[in-house]
Amino acid sequence: MRRDALSATLTAVLGHWRRHPMQIFALIAGLALATALWSGVQALNAEARSSYARAAGLLGQDQFDRILRADGRPMDSAVFRALRQSGYLVSPVIEGRLGSGPNALRLLGIDPLTLPVPALPKTLQNGTLNVNDFLLEGRVLISEATLARGLPPDLTPIVANKLTAAALDPNLATGLVIGDVATIAGFLNHDGATAFIVAEQQPFGLPPIADWTKQREDVILQHAEASGDLARLTDSFHLNLTAFGFLAFAVGLFITHATIGLAFEQRRATVRTLRALGVPLRPLMLLLAVELGLLALLAGGLGLVFGYGLAASLLPEVSASLRGLYGADIDSRLGFDPVWAVTALAMSFGGALIAGASALWRVAHLPILQSATPNAWGRASAELRRLQGGSGAALLCIALGVALFGQGLILGFVGLAALLLGSALILPRFLAALLGLIAKHIQNRINGAYLHWVFADMRLSLPALSLSLMALLLALSTNIGVSTMVGSFRETFTGWLDQRLAAEMYLTTATPEQAAAVTEFLEPRVAAILPFALIETRYGELPAQLHGLMDHATYRDHWPFLEAADQAWSRMAAGEGVVINEQLARRDGYRLGDVFAVAPYVTLPILGIYSDYGNPEGQAIIGLSLFQGLFPETPILRFGLRTDPSHVTELAAEITRATGLSPQSMINQTAVKDISLRVFEQTFQVTYALNALTLGVAGFAIFTSLLTLSDMRLVQIAPIWAAGQRRRILAGTEMVRILIFALFCCILALPVGMALAYFLLAIINVEAFGWRLPMSVFPADLLKLGGLALCAAGMSALWPAWRLARLSPHRLLGLFAHER
Amino acid sequence: MNAKLAFLLCLTLFVQPAFAQGFAGMGQAVDGFAEVDRSRALVFPQDHSAHPEYRIEWWYLTANLRDESGRDLGVQWTVFRNATRPNATRPVNGPEETWDDGQIWLGHAAVTWADRHMHAERYARGGTGQAGADLEDNRLRVWMDDWQLQSLDIGPEADSLAQISLTARGTDFAYDLTLAAKGPLVLHGDAGFSVKSEDDQTSYYFSQPFFAVEGTITLPDGAHQVRGRAWLDREWSSQPLAADQEGWDWVSLHFDTGEKLMGFALRSTNGSRFTSATWIAADGTPTAFGNGALHMTPIDTHEVAGRNVPVEWNLQLPARDLDITITALNPDAWMAGSIPYWEGPIHATGSHRAEGYLEMTGY
Repeated sequence: MRRDALSATLTAVLGHWRRHPMQIFALIAGLALATALWSGVQALNAEARSSYARAAGLLGQDQFDRILRADGRPMDSAVFRALRQSGYLVSPVIEGRLGSGPNALRLLGIDPLTLPVPALPKTLQNGTLNVNDFLLEGRVLISEATLARGLPPDLTPIVANKLTAAALDPNLATGLVIGDVATIAGFLNHDGATAFIVAEQQPFGLPPIADWTKQREDVILQHAEASGDLARLTDSFHLNLTAFGFLAFAVGLFITHATIGLAFEQRRATVRTLRALGVPLRPLMLLLAVELGLLALLAGGLGLVFGYGLAASLLPEVSASLRGLYGADIDSRLGFDPVWAVTALAMSFGGALIAGASALWRVAHLPILQSATPNAWGRASAELRRLQGGSGAALLCIALGVALFGQGLILGFVGLAALLLGSALILPRFLAALLGLIAKHIQNRINGAYLHWVFADMRLSLPALSLSLMALLLALSTNIGVSTMVGSFRETFTGWLDQRLAAEMYLTTATPEQAAAVTEFLEPRVAAILPFALIETRYGELPAQLHGLMDHATYRDHWPFLEAADQAWSRMAAGEGVVINEQLARRDGYRLGDVFAVAPYVTLPILGIYSDYGNPEGQAIIGLSLFQGLFPETPILRFGLRTDPSHVTELAAEITRATGLSPQSMINQTAVKDISLRVFEQTFQVTYALNALTLGVAGFAIFTSLLTLSDMRLVQIAPIWAAGQRRRILAGTEMVRILIFALFCCILALPVGMALAYFLLAIINVEAFGWRLPMSVFPADLLKLGGLALCAAGMSALWPAWRLARLSPHRLLGLFAHER
Repeated sequence: MNAKLAFLLCLTLFVQPAFAQGFAGMGQAVDGFAEVDRSRALVFPQDHSAHPEYRIEWWYLTANLRDESGRDLGVQWTVFRNATRPNATRPVNGPEETWDDGQIWLGHAAVTWADRHMHAERYARGGTGQAGADLEDNRLRVWMDDWQLQSLDIGPEADSLAQISLTARGTDFAYDLTLAAKGPLVLHGDAGFSVKSEDDQTSYYFSQPFFAVEGTITLPDGAHQVRGRAWLDREWSSQPLAADQEGWDWVSLHFDTGEKLMGFALRSTNGSRFTSATWIAADGTPTAFGNGALHMTPIDTHEVAGRNVPVEWNLQLPARDLDITITALNPDAWMAGSIPYWEGPIHATGSHRAEGYLEMTGY
């Protein structure tokens, strides 16, 4: 092609955008939004994952087996000595927490002399910190972020000095301090090792280390994969986020697809003319493809910026959520990963390609001599619509199958995806059927040509609007599903807190002596003192706590059992049985009446299973006297107090004055509830934010569709105007039309959203967290959502309608001259 | 033996700061540790066990063995003790002490034959019991994990080393040997007071070079019965190396005549050498030779681990008409641990025939 011909072709092709600036805006905005939501979520996930990887990989928790004491208590060095003298390569680890409040530190003591090199902090591996300093001088490692957020207030001066003189290691998770095992033993003021890490390669000719641990009752060998609990739990959270991200991307693609399709169709006349003038097909195709590529690049770049902004603004919430849910600390600062940026751009290109492929294909197969029929745009063939409806129905069947028989996290999400996509695909048929019904109804009952026209016109414009309406449906369903889940969670959780935290005050003492002093002081001052003891242990694969509680009306009347034998609490307190939490029951398949081993050689019948929301660990409760018999060395340091709620603050101050117990060691029940609810609210902040964004994107999709449609619809509207209908009425009709569509979407979104909630609560939640939430419906929330959706739809129709109302009669008349 | 100890001190992670500050720092760091005293006579069995008040110490055993097929094999077994701080500066009983009693232990074990050299390294912190040395009556036990040097059933009057068992295990080898002393302990230098430089560097140093060995070496291809001779070195000190000494070459030899020789040359950065030797008669009577008596001259070098190491030497001790050439059984006997050095079995030809062990550091 000659240069001037090329330039003329280029001018002709690109001229379209100059005439339709709104289209190019919609195209770029749609793709940018899709990329932004997708890449933002990916950035969040990547950041959180790398944080866990840092925390877990550091100790090689994902690589190395560990030896623990069966009862979960710290181990003395005799076990270590015995293991090493049997020839096994194991290395001690001391873990603990230091300080109180939000800046409390997680301490990790390691032995660089015996720890397998891959498990050593990178700073030590690469010599950034001299091993001598670490080993002999007691220099510890900390991340800058930990120092920046501040140290806990109640550290001893020696520890505080050590921490401020610590070496910085950017790879450490926030809140984590790593030191030599002796240094950390000093910080924690106890020398018991939490675990012994087992080196992967053991010396020549030794029997497997499992043979050694099997011979001892007091220790257990925990395999590397079993310690991935944290990763598995947080994975579900990320899967959740990813699903939202993908949904958002899909909604964005709907917009892009619609806009590109429209733009190409509108240029059919130009393309046809260019081809008729002798422009070869290949350069023309190439030109259009390059144009698409450049648009994708621009939109992708913008999306990247938005995505990064989105991730950066949501990261604090995500880290708060994960900390609240799982105790997993992640940095609340976002790093920039080039791989992430490239992936996001690739998604943008891929999206543009998917959205533009059919349009390009149609240009390639354009019959040059056929007249351009722009009003035929988007009118999918009846066959295609049948196909769409058929696949939608099939997907819904899959979703139903999963809901009835499915198990497992991945399958849960598969069902969820099938539900959403299936509903979106059958939406056009649903709307067409609904409109058909109404039209029939009107035809029979009401005489009014205009009304008949309105409904006929709505059916006609359905194919053009269907993509953006699908987006609205998806956004609405997600909103309904997630808000139902959040609402159910909140309701259950607050109710449970009321039952579970029945005592007005909780306090933790440091030593048995202090415990004695405090109880002596409290005896005459409160209605009841409820002591409880606990030890950390493991049941099967699940980290767990065993509690010892006494019999008291507080528990008898309030303890939230899911199922329980008769007189469960009293019998349990009398030592006749055990009650366990739902997590433990579900994980290991326990049922009421089963026999449960609370400790080696001590089995008891299960008298009750109770709900224990938000706790990732297993929990079992036995009577306090039985507990003391089994674990005579475990002191009782925690107490619940029953007293007048209005005196709690005063009482706390008195206890501190009289016994020196620090205020941090006492928790006001109201405060506990407050903290718990706050944690929970934060957990769903991210979900809320993504929901709102999705709804916004869907509104934008409708807006752009209407905007691009508005010119084309003039062909349909002009005859009605010519027949005497006023422009204001016509514009009002446009609004109503959209509102009706939105309302229909709401109607379909209701069952879809409920089904979504079912998937989240009854399948995904159980798989991810180990407990099932009872589902509650909140009609007020649903009404509010419906109102919001109608608002979004109405607002998106406002400008196109306003333009119609202001359209000059000259333009409408011109239509007859130009198009007909 | 060997100034190996001193060299280890320079290079090991425990004293890197001293190294970084130059060797002058070592003199200061010695403050608080016990000092080697010429007037103190060695006392047995007590001196078989650990001397935690001194900065460094080792139990160093090398053996020249032959298996049922006639293959020559060398075995090394070493446990080093390093005090990280003088007794006086140790913390009072706190939880830290369980994990840090101011001692760090290092173990090396190896099996070498003409085709292969296998070695293993272990570290341990004192306080945990993972490694240590103790003496119960006259029964000695030195251990690092399941590596053990232990007195066997010996009478109450016998020397702790009269009969011992020795075990070690790496990722690809294990050995279990029984050693019987066929001669007396040998004190080097002046009744065990060994001089390491022209300045004040000294150590306590004695050997049991008369061990007859039998036992099993297990390799990936199976267990092999072995017999042969072994040499145990015991040495402890607080300041064994001069500031300018960069490495050494140490040799132990069992002559066909039943006589034995220990010799070393400490190399200074200025090119000068400080040599020392002990000629041991077949009945165990030692004759010490001071600086300059022994001549050690490299003949040929071999590249191993990217360094040129002299694996063939000419050794002369004119006072005993000794003029021999020593050759490594396996020139690749490189101990590639955290403190790399060369250590392997050798044989000697010339005026005398012998087998033994060679150690070379600082290359």
